[in-house]
Amino acid sequence: MNTVSDGLPQSPPPSPPGIQHHPAPLIERNSAITEPAWVRWSLILVALLFLLGFLLLPLVTVFVEALRNGWSAYLAALTEPDALAAIRLTLLTAAIAVTANLIFGLAAAWAIAKFEFRGKSLLITLIDLPFSVSPVVAGLIYILIFGAHGWAGPWLMDHGIKVAFAVPGIVLATIFVTFPFIARELIPLMQEQGTEYEQAALSLGASGWQTFWHVTLPNIRWGLLYGVLLCNARAMGEFGAVSVISGHIRGQTNTMPLHVEILYNEYQFSAAFAVASLLALLALLTLGVKAWLEWRHADQLAATRRH
Amino acid sequence: MDIRIRNVHKHFGPFIALGGIDLDIASGELIALLGPSGSGKTTLLRVIAGLEFPDHGQILFGGVDMARHPVRERRIGFVFQHYALFKHMTVFENIAFGLRIRPRNQRPSTSAIRARVLELLDLVQLSGLEQRFPSQLSGGQRQRVALARALAIDPRVLLLDEPFGALDAKVRKDLRQWLRDLHHKTGVTTIFVTHDQEEALELADRIVIMNGGAIEQVGPVDQVYEHPRTPFVFDFLGGTNVIAAELRGRRLWIGDRDIAVLHDSIHPSGPVDVYVRPGDLRLADDTAPGIQVEIQTVHRAGPIVRITARTEATGQPLSIELPHLHHDVPCFTVGARLRLRLMQFSVYPRSLHIPERTLPTPILIGRERTRVHPY
Repeated sequence: MNTVSDGLPQSPPPSPPGIQHHPAPLIERNSAITEPAWVRWSLILVALLFLLGFLLLPLVTVFVEALRNGWSAYLAALTEPDALAAIRLTLLTAAIAVTANLIFGLAAAWAIAKFEFRGKSLLITLIDLPFSVSPVVAGLIYILIFGAHGWAGPWLMDHGIKVAFAVPGIVLATIFVTFPFIARELIPLMQEQGTEYEQAALSLGASGWQTFWHVTLPNIRWGLLYGVLLCNARAMGEFGAVSVISGHIRGQTNTMPLHVEILYNEYQFSAAFAVASLLALLALLTLGVKAWLEWRHADQLAATRRH
Repeated sequence: MDIRIRNVHKHFGPFIALGGIDLDIASGELIALLGPSGSGKTTLLRVIAGLEFPDHGQILFGGVDMARHPVRERRIGFVFQHYALFKHMTVFENIAFGLRIRPRNQRPSTSAIRARVLELLDLVQLSGLEQRFPSQLSGGQRQRVALARALAIDPRVLLLDEPFGALDAKVRKDLRQWLRDLHHKTGVTTIFVTHDQEEALELADRIVIMNGGAIEQVGPVDQVYEHPRTPFVFDFLGGTNVIAAELRGRRLWIGDRDIAVLHDSIHPSGPVDVYVRPGDLRLADDTAPGIQVEIQTVHRAGPIVRITARTEATGQPLSIELPHLHHDVPCFTVGARLRLRLMQFSVYPRSLHIPERTLPTPILIGRERTRVHPY
């Protein structure tokens, strides 16, 4: 400063003795990108109110309504035979759908990430199809194929196999809807990791299976768990596709979301909310595990933060 | 294990990565594959490893053609550029991997594996770190774990892809010396890929210089450095100045100055290119013979001084490197007009129209100081 002002004809007049220069604040805000305080606070307030009104309030309502008639009514609604059947069916469906998509997702991600082949981009696009198609349409597709008047329906009926309005149809529709979750999670992760680890294992004499089991799988385990988690949440909560194909037969083809709807339509509000609270609990659990995974294994999930 | 490579071709789509490679590697040799990126050096290494398969040609390991055998059957040790250590395994588990995954009837006992791993850790000077995970190691340590892991399976040949590429300069120098000692101790035939000519010159017994999917020159380090067979090799090993010149009989003319008489010239008169390394140029005062130049810049870079100068006749820029302690250095100031002396140089016929992929035919005419008379 001094060296510069030396050459100037005049230095600025000294400040009056009473006025002091403010020292620079320890944490300097970049004033160019900082809004005035009232703007900041009102934006935060709007966001918070929105969050409360649209996310937290409904969640709380579910539990409040579920427990409105007390614990015994709550438990009774959950242990009633139709409700138990719905819970069992939901668990069964989710177990099959998650397993199927786990195998498919691993195979697809492996193929896409580790090999070059014709039609690869088509395959990647196709995997996303269930995300872009309305679940109701997905359900209808299966009715068209397997329904009494569908393409394969009569033949299947002749052989005593029931798909539409039965458990196999529900499972198929659920698999369709939850198809992309695991594959979508694994593809970017495996692409990012490349094939060097596998090559290293092979060069050390490992077989293909040993390489997969000891090298590939441990490298993707957290990403895989993340995908399974999202897939499972969706499989248990799926309504649209399942609703079309299930036929709503109580105790037989009713999943939990369908059961909630039936109870609600019959004005059994607290029973409906009781079953709904189970689904909400599942959602909370999923969120919790998801947050833990993101916090603990962020490095393995970072590649897939897109959805 | 000696390795012979016969007429190996490999292409990726329209790109020819290897266009007919022949190479013999003696047992126990330490050999460097050197070349710019895209020259095919890494592809050649991967073809030897079995990570790529050649379109045709033979890869003979001790006389047995392995070209169609997958990598796991070749018993090679491969060290990847980024090491590819298994992140979820400890150092111990990484090194033991190749032994533990063997079929039960070939697998050493747990105690034998343990002894082998500890022995290797000692060899790579990492004793005591066996319970660490790769993320807890420095780059140089990871590199050594990768080496130990590759050596654990008692490989017939050790292949290293840019072994020091990911390390900083200081660690790189230390590891070079260390790798040389290790090779001396183990005697395993070792092939490494590098684009760093200094690394190749310092480490290898022989170097293979590659360019555009072909081998430009193979030979002992000194020989390749002193007798570059092509302008490419000359340029790749240590940078170069190319000065347009003309050969008239046995005399070499640069501009209007006759700078050298060549012994046993077999090349007809005509335009030629003179290749000179920056370190083989000297500057002398105006009274000395040589080409007239004017100094443009003078930079000190550690132990050497880099000078750029222009020839007065054509204005061509030249780079010159002198040891900093060279007695004349203080006289070299910007704008000074001096004489340029060529201590060592190679002359190649002007090769403007040679297609890139054919092996150039240039003939070395004048090379060593004893055979060239600058005056």
